[in-house]
Amino acid sequence: MTEKVILEKIKNIVTPYVQRKEGLENFDEKTDFLTDLKINSANLVDVILDVEDEFNIEIDNTSMEGMLTAGDAKRIILIKMEN
Amino acid sequence: MNKRVVITGLGICAPNGVSIPEFEESLRSGKSGITFHPQLKDLNFSCQIGGKPEISEAKKSEYFTPLQLRGLNSSGIVYGVISGTDAWKDAGLEISEKDSPDWDSGIIFGTGILGVDKFREAIHLIDAGKTRRLGSTSVIQTMASGISAYLGGILGCGNQVTTNSSACTTGTEALLMGYERIKAGKATRMLVGSCSDHGPYVWGGFDAMRILPGNYNEDPESASRPMSAGASGFVPGSGAGALVLEDLESALERGAKIYAEVLGGEVNSGGQRGEGSMTAANNEAVQRCITGALINSNISASDVDVINGHLTATSKDSVEIENWVKALDLKNDFPYINSLKGMTGHCLSASGSIECVASVLEIAKGFVFPNINCEAVHPEILALIPEERVPRKMIEKPISILAKASFGFGDVNAVVIFKKYG
Repeated sequence: MTEKVILEKIKNIVTPYVQRKEGLENFDEKTDFLTDLKINSANLVDVILDVEDEFNIEIDNTSMEGMLTAGDAKRIILIKMEN
Repeated sequence: MNKRVVITGLGICAPNGVSIPEFEESLRSGKSGITFHPQLKDLNFSCQIGGKPEISEAKKSEYFTPLQLRGLNSSGIVYGVISGTDAWKDAGLEISEKDSPDWDSGIIFGTGILGVDKFREAIHLIDAGKTRRLGSTSVIQTMASGISAYLGGILGCGNQVTTNSSACTTGTEALLMGYERIKAGKATRMLVGSCSDHGPYVWGGFDAMRILPGNYNEDPESASRPMSAGASGFVPGSGAGALVLEDLESALERGAKIYAEVLGGEVNSGGQRGEGSMTAANNEAVQRCITGALINSNISASDVDVINGHLTATSKDSVEIENWVKALDLKNDFPYINSLKGMTGHCLSASGSIECVASVLEIAKGFVFPNINCEAVHPEILALIPEERVPRKMIEKPISILAKASFGFGDVNAVVIFKKYG
């Protein structure tokens, strides 16, 4: 799975939770889930569950805390998929 | 200074109607919303029938965002949000997208237990060691105040937003709590109402208490028989009712349509003393609640044209009638009395608000809905009041004053007095 494909999948996963749709237009590694996309912080746990289902991985609480941007998410997904 | 309080909006999710026009038509024609539920049969319920509003997925998506619909598994929230949003719109009020809430509008929307199906989901995940899989939706759909919280967010209300709970009195109590708040000048308008989930996990406990009819599974529409000689238990129901209460001055100022006025009411408890218990009413408390409502509304017993009773279709119906007769001190000139539960079943925590909506429609449109499944009135009731006071056919007639009562487990009572406006 290429990094581009992973990023595209992350975009699809977060889309239902996004409250600032303009934030999706320039979606890239720097896109911040809370500030750019205005995802309700309570919904981050739902995003994590959807990521786990999509990539068949498990994301522990420590990893979750470091998942603030699309780039963070991509890196964590790559690490978990290697393990 | 006491404000006058009027009703400017109605919304409904009843087993026999999920919009006000459909519900009114059902009231007039005496249409039952009780159906057979195969799931209850599979689960070995004695009573395999119930009242459940029919809500399509398309209708749900008119009221909830795609995000809110993800993992939504709380029927009480679905019913409550639909009826509450409809009442708000019916009152001609806008749903503000502004950053600042409407400080003068509040919500009191009650329930008995909320999100039981969602809670069941959570229990299975937790017991399987998968607590983290609950996600963020478990708490908000199972907290009792979930319903007022959902509505508060959708409508942007900035006054008091809360959920009350007093078993089958809940909806009528919510109305009176909202009324008191406006009357005291603490809010301009209050969305009041109540909801109840449907299904085996809500109804099972009542089935186990053997207070539901088990002999009408083949003939569900005939099962709920308030005041009849053949009453054999209440049919469980579900749904929600909602009313917008408003300061009269505000309603007049914005040219709102006014369905009726709330004159006053009373809530009390029998303290589970005397014949009162967790599940039965203390009769003196019921009578005091009725007379208290009359006094607080500044009317006399003979002013009451119609009573919308609690009347669940158990052997207690005649006891309720006796309490009305004693409290009003009327016999031959007893008001008309009806019970919606013949059509909807007993919608539990939603019953008070659904029945208040029905009562307000009767006043606004000038009709008394028929008591269905009451071909033969119970002899104990006939000994108390004239038979024609229990209408079996719809009566077209202007109504000036209607008294609505709800009684609940825990020996709690509520009576509200509605009056035609203008």
